[in-house]
Amino acid sequence: MSIEAKHKFKPKIVAFCCNWCSYAGADLAGSSRLGYPADVKIIRVPCSCRVNPMFILRAFEKGADGVILCGCHPGDCHYSTGNYYARRRMTLLFSMLDFLGVENGRTRVEWVSAAEGVKFSTTMNEFVEKVASLGENVRLGDLRCRN
Amino acid sequence: MQELVNRAAELLADGSVARVLGWKAGDLPYNPEPAYFKNAEDLEQFVYNGFCGANLSKYMIEASKQSGKTLIFLKPCDTYSFNQLLKEHRVDRDKAWIIGVGCHGKLDIEQIREQGVKGIEQVEEEGDRLKIQTLYGEKELSYQSAMLERCSVCKGKEHKIYDELIGESAETGSGERFGRVEDVEAMSPEAKFAFFRKELSKCIRCNACRNVCPACSCRKCVFDSNQFDSAQKANVDSFEEKMFHIIRAFHVAGRCTDCGECSRVCPQGIPLHLFNRKFIKDIDELYGAYQAGEDTDTKGPLTDFTFEDAEPGIVAERG
Repeated sequence: MSIEAKHKFKPKIVAFCCNWCSYAGADLAGSSRLGYPADVKIIRVPCSCRVNPMFILRAFEKGADGVILCGCHPGDCHYSTGNYYARRRMTLLFSMLDFLGVENGRTRVEWVSAAEGVKFSTTMNEFVEKVASLGENVRLGDLRCRN
Repeated sequence: MQELVNRAAELLADGSVARVLGWKAGDLPYNPEPAYFKNAEDLEQFVYNGFCGANLSKYMIEASKQSGKTLIFLKPCDTYSFNQLLKEHRVDRDKAWIIGVGCHGKLDIEQIREQGVKGIEQVEEEGDRLKIQTLYGEKELSYQSAMLERCSVCKGKEHKIYDELIGESAETGSGERFGRVEDVEAMSPEAKFAFFRKELSKCIRCNACRNVCPACSCRKCVFDSNQFDSAQKANVDSFEEKMFHIIRAFHVAGRCTDCGECSRVCPQGIPLHLFNRKFIKDIDELYGAYQAGEDTDTKGPLTDFTFEDAEPGIVAERG
């Protein structure tokens, strides 16, 4: 009998949240006492546009099972246009990961405003559930392994 | 070819250019290499044949820093790369004298070898036939069958930028540019992953694709070591090992002119152009048709946006 069998798979999720909307949205979720799984590790960034596509790959390489990027709604960016650029970059990156055979449920972009504590909480719950159902991320780790 | 040498010698002699950037004969009949020519004597080594696939535009970055003009020979597809470098302010237009050379497709030694030709001693081009002298006798192949993959999806034989044109071109493009990308897209995630793992496992991190790529023109590359004074490194960080090709493709996304040099130089025969073409295909589909290097004044797709752009969720919806 193995010890692991008793433990449910707990995914590691990295959430990049923009300082002005989504991070404040996460705060609101907290102060409104809305729960979201502790598997989500939030990294605060000045703008969703700050997230270099390499950050996402690095998160996967360091063992993340899912990466979510949250920013201000298009049109609401604190820096006017940052999230429009982020939107194009992430679309292309996700498409490339899909092309490489990485399950597309592991990556997500969601626009969460500072007033949307509920949306933050439900998004995180949904995303964690989705990634948990996909299981551990192995594909981004061993693209080069010969087995 | 003699016409090119004569013109180059003429321009060198009257001092209008200080050096010539072209191809010189390599140690084997099928590997001419990019070279500088300073005088008429050097030009005796000059060659221009079917194996001159090398894109010279990247060398213009260094040549732009030297005094005097540089004569550079560009094939039609190379002019796209030159334009892109011009747009990014990496080359100086005033420092270059561009002679557009004709092209009727370039040869791939691997394609010749695949057809069972070994011990190649000499290759002669006669119209649409190739006569190859080998250690085991003479072989004949059709030119078409020995062409680089990129030539079968040629962007056209029109030079996008030049000062003068020498030589005739012949259309070679007949293939489906995104054919192989679509084949991979149609696979299941498991099959895609298996395919890329097989291909990328061949990589030896020689960095040839990066070094040859005209779009990879950063002075300091993210893949260079910041701890040692060596210009290149391989197998240092597991992250780079695994992600090298994805990151490199992303860095050139929207700027890649699809010149196909990465696949041509890969010693392991990895179809690296698939990554770049996937990005080009996505950009065309999502943000409108865009050909990098076609002009020098439009905005690149990743430095631009519209309010109506697709959401990243489209990737999952598309399936």
